[in-house]
Formats: sequence, C-alpha cells, structure tokens
Amino acid sequence: MEELAHYGEDAKVLAGGQSLVPLMNLRLARPEVVVDINSISELGILERRDGELILGALVRHRQLERDPRVREACPVLSRAAACIGYPAIRNRGTVGGSLAHADPAAELGCVLLATGAVVVVESARGRREVRIEDLFVGPYTTCMRPDELLVEVRIPAWREDARWGFAEFTRHEGGFALGLAACVVQVDGQGKVVAARLAVGGIGPVPVRLAEAEEILRGAGLSEEAIAQAAACALSLESYDDVHAPAWYRRRLGRWLVLQSLQQAAGGGN
Amino acid sequence: MRARVAIALRVNGQPYRLEVEPRRLLADALRRDLGFTGVHVGCEHGVCGACTVLLDGELVRSCLMFAVQADGCEILTVEGLNVSGDLHPIQRAFIEEFGFQCGFCTPGMILAAYRLLQERPHPSEKEIRRALAGNLCRCTGYADILRSVQRAAALLAEAEESRAP
Repeated sequence: MEELAHYGEDAKVLAGGQSLVPLMNLRLARPEVVVDINSISELGILERRDGELILGALVRHRQLERDPRVREACPVLSRAAACIGYPAIRNRGTVGGSLAHADPAAELGCVLLATGAVVVVESARGRREVRIEDLFVGPYTTCMRPDELLVEVRIPAWREDARWGFAEFTRHEGGFALGLAACVVQVDGQGKVVAARLAVGGIGPVPVRLAEAEEILRGAGLSEEAIAQAAACALSLESYDDVHAPAWYRRRLGRWLVLQSLQQAAGGGN
Repeated sequence: MRARVAIALRVNGQPYRLEVEPRRLLADALRRDLGFTGVHVGCEHGVCGACTVLLDGELVRSCLMFAVQADGCEILTVEGLNVSGDLHPIQRAFIEEFGFQCGFCTPGMILAAYRLLQERPHPSEKEIRRALAGNLCRCTGYADILRSVQRAAALLAEAEESRAP
C-alpha cells in the first residue's frame, strides 16, 4: 500500500500478470514500478462467510472453475470462469486482476454484476466498499484511484434453488468474447420470479445490468414470451462499432445471448 | 531498480541459481540464460502458447511471468520429457502422426498434451481440442496434432499396461 501511495500513477500492481504483462511486453504499459502482490497470502482467501462467498484478489480463475465451495455457492461463476482464456491463462489469472483490468467483455465483470457482488478496495488511506455496478466507469477503466488495491470480492448468498444462466460468443475456443450475458433468477413455489439480475458485457463500453428486462421477468416470470421480451431490451443498449463488429450486430448478439442465458435459467439453470 | 536479483529454481529436476534483472521474462531466462531452447518465444503476449511450460505442475505462459516470480519453483520444459535419452511417448506420437511441420509450436503443444493426458488419460476429441485451444500452429497442422494426441494417449495406455503385473 505504501508503495502504491508513494508511486501513484507510476506504479502498477502485478497479480496474475495475464493482462499487465502482455501490455508491458507490447510496451503499451511502461510502469516505473511493478508491485508484485503474489506473496500476500491473505489475498488468496476463498471462503463462505455467513452465506456470502468471499474471494481474495489473488484467487485464480482455475480455482473459481474447480473449487467445490464456488461451484456450490455460485455455480454460474464456475461456469463462466471455465470460459476465461485457456488453462495456462486460468492457472495464473486472478479475480482482482481481471476486475481491475476492466475489459468490457470479461467474464467476471459480467457474472459478478449478475450475482450482485461488492468489491473491497484498500489504500494507505483506508478501506472502502464499492458496488460492482459502480466499479466500471469505462473500457479498461475503474473507479479505483492509482493508490488503491482491489483486495476482496463478496458475493451475496443466493438460495440453493436459484436459477442461473451464462452464455458467451467467441470466434474460437478460449478467445476473447465478442459478447456475453449472465443471469441469476429466484423463483418462488408458484413459479413467480421474486428476484432477477441480468447482465451483459461486450455490447457497450462497460458491462451493464438490464434493469428493464429484470422488471419484465419479475412481472411475467420465465415464460417463453417474457424471456423474448426481456431479451429484446438488449436492442436499446449503448453500443459501438469496431473492427470486430458494428453496433447493430452487437445489440442483436446481446439479445441472442440474453435469450440463451434466460432459457438456461428457465430450464432449471443447472 | 536495475539491481539484479538472485533466484534459485529447478528445471527438469536440476537445480539452478542465477541472477536476473527484475524485468527479465521467465521465457528469456529459461531460453537465453539457462539454454532451454525448447522454450519458444512467439507472440510474447500470451496468445500463441509456444512458450508454455509447467510451473509446479501446472501449465503457464513463461512469457507472462517474470523470472523472479519463479524463485523456488519447479519447472518442466519440453527437454525434461526425455532426460533418459528416449523420446517420451507423446513425442513419439507426434513423429508417427506428423504432428509438427515447422516445429515452432511443438514444445507448447506437447506440454499442453502432457498435462491433459495426466488429468484425462483417455480424452475425447472435444477435450483435446479444448486443451490445445491456447496453442496456435501457423502451419495449420491441427488435424495431425489432434491425431498425435490421440496416438499419444494410446501409446501411454500401452506403456501403462505393459508395466502392470
């Protein structure tokens, strides 16, 4: 923390190195100082605390994919983590690193939005909690200040029978996603949706929740018609053109991905 | 910041001590400082998989780690597969099934296959494709590489059987 406070903008935190080191190798990032946090064992915690799932910043994607506590508490997170890059990337890449890097099409940002996570950031000045909705402010940009370190992620307890879905589109196995969607839906005994969170990534500059679609599901449940209507909300998302796809394609891809993820949830989700 | 750092690591079972700049990539330390030229450096940003090694038993990109981070670790490079002098069954399978052309991607392919076959001795075609998705072959010899890994699984199973009492 002191190093970060001292060097500020000139320092970069090294966790798994799967985003920072490529940028350094390409000379797109040229930090004066690299602060390696890998030896801080407290940042590697992974535990259930009062139902919440607590993930230290250094938890690797491979652990999310395989750890039975994650699979039980948050199956959608395990499912999504298995889609991050390749085994060699997942063995090193970390929760904190992925979130701080803030790639708009990253799996973790999208899934954690859907599950309603809170991240804890710390600096020499103290500790604060940030709702995942407030973390991402632009492509590759978070609300964290240069002296702050993302130390922990807390994922609220969802009931065991909560339904979920995750879908992403990549042009090849393990490649960067063009778009992705995740949802967690709680249905009561009568089939009524009592809670729904739905997030999409890669369509616009930051991953976003589809509040309007969540509202539709809460009113109309997981019927085929409601799902189609909810998915159509993705068509009015902010989007952009680039070399990979034009904005209109991204929005339509968003609709398809939301549809896929909600159909998984409707089908039982597991 | 330029001061060299002393590190100790094991590569293919042998201990090594060296002094490296903190900025030295593990791939460069293995290849240039220690002479393990089987560590191929392709894209240098984690995409191609040519520099893949096993670090404490798990696949990593050696171009995305600094050598100082491997202090105290055990590394396996492709050279470590045939320290006895005989080709490893996976290497034999790659020869038999024409699993390499220019050979640049081969060490990474072989180590990714090695780790896969440790975990899944009888992988499905889909599992092989998934396990090797992070290794690019610019000669596009993928079909032969896939067959090589299937052949390797068979050779390893045979070796296993002949060892059984």
